[in-house]
Amino acid sequence: MQDIKKVAVIGAGVMGAQIAAQVANAGVPVLLLDIVPAGASNRNAVAEGAVERMLKADPAPFMSKRAAKLVSTGNIDDDLAKIADCDLIIEAIIERLDLKQSLYDRIESVRKDGSAVSSNTSTIPLAKLVEGRAARFQRDFLITHFFNPPRYMRLVEVVSGASTDPATVGRVAAFCDDRLGKSVVRCKDRPGFIANRLGVYWLQSAVNQAMDRGITVEEADALIAKPMGIPKTGVFGLLDLVGLDLMPHVVGSLGSTLEPGDPFHAINRPNSLVETMIKDGCTGRKGKGGFYRVNREKGKAKEAIDLSTGVYRAQTKPEIGALEDAGKSLAKLLTHDSTHGRYAFAVLIPTLAYAGDLVGDAADDIDSIDEAMRLGYNWKSGPFELADQIGVDNVIAALGSAGRSVPKIYELARGRSFYRIEAGKRQMLGLDGAYHDLKRPDGVIMLSDIKLNSKPLIKNGSAALWDIGDGVVCFEFTSKMNAIDPEIFRLLADSIGLVSKKYKAMVIYNEGSNFSVGANLGLAMFALNVAAYDQIEQLVSGGQQVYKALKYAPFPTVGAPSGMALGGGCEILLHCSAVQAHAETYVGLVEVGVGLIPGWGGCKEMIARWREHGRLPNGPMPAVTKAFEIISTATVAKSAEEGKENLYFRPTDGVTMNRYRLLADAKAKALSMVEGYAPPKPATFQLPGPSGKAAMTMAVDGFRRQGKATEYDVVVLDALADTLSGGNADLIETHDEDKILALELHNFMKIARNRGTIARIEHMLETGKPLRN
Amino acid sequence: MPSYSAPLRDMRFVLYELMNGQKLSGLPGYEEFTPELIDPVLDEAAKMCQEVLQPINRSGDEEGCRLENGVVYTPKGFKEAYKQFCDGGWASIACDPKYGGQGAPKMVNTLVEEMICSSNLSFGMYPGLSYGAYVALSGFGSEEQKRTYLPKMVEGRWSGTMCLTEPHCGTDLGMLRTTATPQGDDSYKITGTKIFISAGEQDLTENIIHLVLARLPGAPSGTKGISLFLVPKFIVKDDGTPGPRNGVSCGSIEHKMGIKASATCVMNFDGATGWLVGEPNKGLRAMFAMMNAERISVGMQGLGLAEVSYQNAVAYAKDRIQGRSLTGVKNPAKQADPIIVHPDVRRMLLTQRAYIEGCRALALWAAEACDLAARHPDPMVRQEAEDFMALITPVVKALITDLGYEATNIGVQVYGGHGYIREWGMEQFVRDCRIAQIYEGTNGIQALDLVGRKMPAHMGRYLRQFFHPVSAYLEQNKDNKQLAEFVGPLAKTFGRLQQATLFVAQKGMSNPDEAGAASTDYLRLFGLTALAYLWARMAEISLEKTAHATSGHDGTDPDPDGFYKAKVLTARFYMERILPESGALLSKVMAGGKTMMAFEEAAF
Repeated sequence: MQDIKKVAVIGAGVMGAQIAAQVANAGVPVLLLDIVPAGASNRNAVAEGAVERMLKADPAPFMSKRAAKLVSTGNIDDDLAKIADCDLIIEAIIERLDLKQSLYDRIESVRKDGSAVSSNTSTIPLAKLVEGRAARFQRDFLITHFFNPPRYMRLVEVVSGASTDPATVGRVAAFCDDRLGKSVVRCKDRPGFIANRLGVYWLQSAVNQAMDRGITVEEADALIAKPMGIPKTGVFGLLDLVGLDLMPHVVGSLGSTLEPGDPFHAINRPNSLVETMIKDGCTGRKGKGGFYRVNREKGKAKEAIDLSTGVYRAQTKPEIGALEDAGKSLAKLLTHDSTHGRYAFAVLIPTLAYAGDLVGDAADDIDSIDEAMRLGYNWKSGPFELADQIGVDNVIAALGSAGRSVPKIYELARGRSFYRIEAGKRQMLGLDGAYHDLKRPDGVIMLSDIKLNSKPLIKNGSAALWDIGDGVVCFEFTSKMNAIDPEIFRLLADSIGLVSKKYKAMVIYNEGSNFSVGANLGLAMFALNVAAYDQIEQLVSGGQQVYKALKYAPFPTVGAPSGMALGGGCEILLHCSAVQAHAETYVGLVEVGVGLIPGWGGCKEMIARWREHGRLPNGPMPAVTKAFEIISTATVAKSAEEGKENLYFRPTDGVTMNRYRLLADAKAKALSMVEGYAPPKPATFQLPGPSGKAAMTMAVDGFRRQGKATEYDVVVLDALADTLSGGNADLIETHDEDKILALELHNFMKIARNRGTIARIEHMLETGKPLRN
Repeated sequence: MPSYSAPLRDMRFVLYELMNGQKLSGLPGYEEFTPELIDPVLDEAAKMCQEVLQPINRSGDEEGCRLENGVVYTPKGFKEAYKQFCDGGWASIACDPKYGGQGAPKMVNTLVEEMICSSNLSFGMYPGLSYGAYVALSGFGSEEQKRTYLPKMVEGRWSGTMCLTEPHCGTDLGMLRTTATPQGDDSYKITGTKIFISAGEQDLTENIIHLVLARLPGAPSGTKGISLFLVPKFIVKDDGTPGPRNGVSCGSIEHKMGIKASATCVMNFDGATGWLVGEPNKGLRAMFAMMNAERISVGMQGLGLAEVSYQNAVAYAKDRIQGRSLTGVKNPAKQADPIIVHPDVRRMLLTQRAYIEGCRALALWAAEACDLAARHPDPMVRQEAEDFMALITPVVKALITDLGYEATNIGVQVYGGHGYIREWGMEQFVRDCRIAQIYEGTNGIQALDLVGRKMPAHMGRYLRQFFHPVSAYLEQNKDNKQLAEFVGPLAKTFGRLQQATLFVAQKGMSNPDEAGAASTDYLRLFGLTALAYLWARMAEISLEKTAHATSGHDGTDPDPDGFYKAKVLTARFYMERILPESGALLSKVMAGGKTMMAFEEAAF
């Protein structure tokens, strides 16, 4: 089997360009081609323009500037021959069969043997795409359907045809999985595949029902969201995000291709409001507003559309008694005797039933559908998981009361559940009526699976330690939001002792959406409010000691973050022997944003990092200056790659593209270090002292004069400069780590008591945004 | 019969020397309230209370109210006293000048309230409830409603009530059933039964304006579907005078343990005509708007009764001769020594005194915050004052009424057997005080409010307004040797309170029952710590004053009546003989709620 070493993407629209970016993010060279625009002087304008736009886009499609350099651009007319050395050619042009067909003709004439061709079509069946094509094409062709935005959405639907070579499918799927970091869901060659067929059904039902029942957009988005584990954009917010104009297109396409008996047709009906909105250019966030808009004429007033009149009015915060009464129970919400309860019912129950219809039709099993909705629509739970929450029999009864036929998989599940845990394994119900183990792709280790099978070695309220095999343990944060607190320190200290005696290595990893957003600020705020300064001092020095013990542990430690790793969550990583980071890791020392400085060794480690890996001029000042630059601006790296640029991670630290493979990679990295492992030698420092501090505070004063630094920034950054410069340190002396740790503690406590810091923390806790006081 | 002399000296000490009463006139709207105005107001209030209200306190208790043919008759002398009270302008003292009031600051009003409660709590209920209704109506009523009703209420010619409680719903107002049916015009028909309505019916005023909580048709269930209505006893005619009788009547009056001269009525609303006050379904907002001020006023009831009990206990202890001092005869001329020679009697009297003077300081601290929150030009100061009020209100209400009840009980004890005899009057204070621990939210509810709402709000932001000043004070005085005997115990109890606060906050987050189990002990620990802080400061001020006495720099004695000396001694007594309780309270808090919750319901 031939590795995929080079890729071509044809079609530099939003999807094509960003798929190319993700290929580049994986470190794979990629050729991005599009048509020659009529009358253009620059024949590559389309593809080049796409790359330029992507470099400015936020959220960024590229993980690093370096990745962007892996994209080469061109046009189909001049450069198509270049696809001859590509192992995978991804077609992502406009959804027109004739255009795709003629492009395939041209591709076929130049691509090399053994290369694969895939289409990113979302609506055209594979059978249509390969109709009448040669066997060679049919063998090498498949559909890889990415979701927007391709860097961040983890789903790829893969559809193969009857003639597609399974080896080709395996190769492309493995590339999507391992290199592009996607979760591959195999779909049958049915219209809309899985996610969009069900997702569009759900969205359209929610819109129809809202209009029929006089539900406002705000009410709909409050109901069809958090209570169901659906993102807070809800229904109308999501439509605004993806663009209202997309819907009629996709709904129409599905309506024209699905068989007459398909329940989809029940929700496929013209919507004059949406049509008018599209005609008026109100296509959502990309247009002049959508169901919601910001009215700049009224001083940025937030408005929402009245679904019955089509007139914008002030946005309201709906009061929904049904949500209060139901609490956390979805079943209670669905049976709540109110217009809101009935609306939630009328949207969700048919959607769950339609998911049932798709088993065997669009997907082989329920897990594929759940995974597709989790990763393609960011649902917290898939439709069958939701059905288990509500109770399968309750859903069946609800279907009966709604006069809806019961899908076969529901009949099979009657009196049972779709998923169950059996002998420590998660199982799903199949169309044969039996339960089957859920299989992870080869090489994937999930902590959630291990937890089903075993008990933690030790645990407390905020952390747990798991045996993950081969002498490796996994230290997991279990606190709310994985916030760092004294309990974590206690368990980490105990874990270091335990591993020293009985195990080979430790991985610090969890499966929360964020590794850790730092210290438990709420707790700190509370302690500050009651003036419990002693406790805070203990918390800071306690953390310093534990992180230091981690650094000098007699066994290798590997930090394996994904999502945000901020503040104290970043500092723990700085003290690990190595890091294996998920590519989507957002790491940073952000303490100054809340009026603090890194107090758990972050200042110390950043100086050490930059001195060791920074390729800086000699002398104590350059590393200190770099650390000051990064910490004083609360720099957050937007990817693991960027984390390396800031030296939050070392050049030798690993990056894993697929979230599911992170623990396995971290474990492997840890094991690779066991042989002959020796803890690092205690670091020593030469610090610039008062003159160094003066240089930094002078820079801050400059920023203050330019209006870039606020009044209180000056106070916070003075404390930071004092710490990093070594306070009263003498340039010619050599200091140990404790010197900087003591300064971290001293300066932390000095500013923590300050009103300005309290105001910053409070503002962050109340609004989630930094206060610029 | 007990006597009463308003403690003006101590009031002025707290107002001007401990707090910033002399700065009140710097607040917009309070310009006239300089010490030159405040002092005569307090003098006059004292006179009125001593001469008009106090003499009818015992008789009012004996006679009680009676209901005849739907008419409630207050005890003999109340009508006349009420007229004098209104003529003197006391009904309007805290009301807005716009409606004929005198616009007195809360600090001043609080002291007047204390005097009224000392002299005749039952009487005070009538104008007190009117003032509550005034606050709600002036905050949420329409301009027309305010124009029609407020001037008469301020004058005292009409009175007001607050109709909340129903037979099946007290603390949990979400369950209330009284209905309001729209009549097509702007009026509603109010139907339902309200109980425990203080001053619901009486013979003092020519009209009674009831503020009634009721539900509109189709209103949401629970507390979010409650609206506030104005229901006059006599519907007001276009010319502003009382017209036809409305469909509201007093069904019966309660026979109570205390405050017998205050009519506590069952009010029947039988299709009575009413008008909406404020927005539909937002009725509880109006209630909560007046809640802080009302609860501080209830605290003053506990304080006022403790004060009058103390004064009489002291007089009795000096007068009553019985037995001899343990350490030898102290009064050889007489057959026996006065009982005040006994340490245990002194323990009782000083406990009363330390409670009273500490609580007076606490109440005025809260009242000052009330004034700052209402009037200070700087929004930041207003916000901080509001935070402090929110935090301290449950402490003021529960602690002062609890300590007030203890103090009135001590008063009975000092009298021995005579304390138990009605004509001596000491037991009335106990009975009258008992209700203050119950109404306006029982003290248990206050404790829950403190740990469940005030403590966790905004991650403990309200707490800052107490903990930071105390922490700063400790920091500032940690090396002050002269103050060590006060600051030391304060630091200790403050540490205990910090520990308890972090514990309760953390436990309560994972298991609210734990916060509930700790709540009452926690509130008392909080209150005793607050008193310790105030006692330390009072001692500091008094020591400064008496320090000049020894140096004698201008030859005059700065403490001719021994006021400051007594202050320091009382502070010492508080620190040494009362504050150690904080250790026990901390132990109780830290023990958690296991023992209570492990007990099976059936085993009770």
